[in-house]
Amino acid sequence: MSAFLLYWGAAFALLCFTLGLACAAIRLMRGPSAEDRILALDTMYINSMLILLVLGLRFEAGLYFDVALLIALFGFVGSAALAKFLLRGEVIEP
Amino acid sequence: MNALPIWAALLVSALLIVAGLVTLVGSLGLLRLRTFRERMHAPTMGMTLGAFCVALSATIMASLLQHRPIFHEWLISLFLILTSPVTAILLMQSARQRRSRSGKDS
Repeated sequence: MSAFLLYWGAAFALLCFTLGLACAAIRLMRGPSAEDRILALDTMYINSMLILLVLGLRFEAGLYFDVALLIALFGFVGSAALAKFLLRGEVIEP
Repeated sequence: MNALPIWAALLVSALLIVAGLVTLVGSLGLLRLRTFRERMHAPTMGMTLGAFCVALSATIMASLLQHRPIFHEWLISLFLILTSPVTAILLMQSARQRRSRSGKDS
């Protein structure tokens, strides 16, 4: 019974995260301004990180956690660098 | 997985379902809201509450399965709480500047 509950809870969460990823991808392709696209890219990073966390919970493997942490790190660095570039015209100011 | 008691399985699956719904609502808001200033607010729900629920369920499950407290999922939650305002502030500043530079509002 508990295995059944965990299986379907994880499956539902994965379905929701995948749909959210698709929504963010549509906004990424369609977004009218560059800020919209950066925000959508950030949302895609977050959603894929949550997918990896749920997969690690489902398969009880510890490796997924490290991958999720790395994705969160790179997502923040990428989004912050892109937003800084839009703001000032260069990423690292002299 | 069979070692998990039934109340813990109920709690973990309920938390996972809540996290999925909240994140889906946030991403749908990103898709459907009209102006950028409204769209800015939608995905923060998935960043904070979705990651919080997933981290809580992973903590409950791992702690019960291995019979010792395990907290490393909270690193990701803490990291998101620390870093998502930075990105939001930079994006909002750049949106304000570029819109005032191009001369049209909204």
